[in-house]
Amino acid sequence: MVHFNAEEKASVTSLWGKVIVEEAGGEALGRLLVVYPWTQRFFDNFGNLSSASAIMGNPKVKAHGKKVLTSFGDAIKNMDNLKGAFAKLSELHCDRLHVDPENFKLLGNVLVIILAMHFGKEFTPDMQAAWQKLVAGVANALAHKYH
Amino acid sequence: MSLTKTERAVIVSMWGKISTQADAIGTETLERLFSSYPQTKTYFPHFDLHPGSAQLRAHGSKVVAAVGDAVKSIDDIPGALAKLSELHAYVLRVDPVNFKLLSHCLLVSVAARFPADFTAEAHAAWDKFLSVVSSVLTEKYR
Repeated sequence: MVHFNAEEKASVTSLWGKVIVEEAGGEALGRLLVVYPWTQRFFDNFGNLSSASAIMGNPKVKAHGKKVLTSFGDAIKNMDNLKGAFAKLSELHCDRLHVDPENFKLLGNVLVIILAMHFGKEFTPDMQAAWQKLVAGVANALAHKYH
Repeated sequence: MSLTKTERAVIVSMWGKISTQADAIGTETLERLFSSYPQTKTYFPHFDLHPGSAQLRAHGSKVVAAVGDAVKSIDDIPGALAKLSELHAYVLRVDPVNFKLLSHCLLVSVAARFPADFTAEAHAAWDKFLSVVSSVLTEKYR
């Protein structure tokens, strides 16, 4: 089980407080679909995904990105028990959505890049390390109930 | 997996920006790698890995310069990196999984420094480019 020390928790929560979830969510999901086009397989009903600009401007992508990142915010409130916090979502992603857990890792890394873009110098190597630990923890928690 | 004309143009254009801070980006990339993925330090037992160390700076420069070589010969990356490919296969033998980690940290460094230029297209093109570079460097492993 992943354990976060006080410094890591502080790094994560301080940065998260400044994230505009609505924008960052759409940005992260959009970039996932642009950079790793095979991830579009889960979003056949999202309409126009034919180009980078179509994807980044797509209202369904933005809405779903916001949903996903809002859920990520729950992770930050439950850093000591990610597996518990994501148990239900894990079942959903396995049984209903049929998402390969590899995708959670891809999205986590895209989110880290978005944070780097937004925060620049403030997103130090130590900050990144704390966030990599968090996204890996979330990815594992989401995969935990797979069977 | 090969790079389209558009991707090549985007990659070369972004390199124009990266090259202005090449050494700093190289050092930062390695610092990020060692902080986020401590297991990568196992390849450098002979290095002083404290942030800002001379060895770290020298090695960071080397890594980014090699990326630059690939950009400058973007139509023949295997040719440009042939010697490095042999070095990694026969001497260094860095496990292939680490190329993804290093590539990610390079993208984070670039994104942090050039957010306005690091559009979704640039992000996609560079992720693909570094993936091609990584493939070339591991091509002779077995």
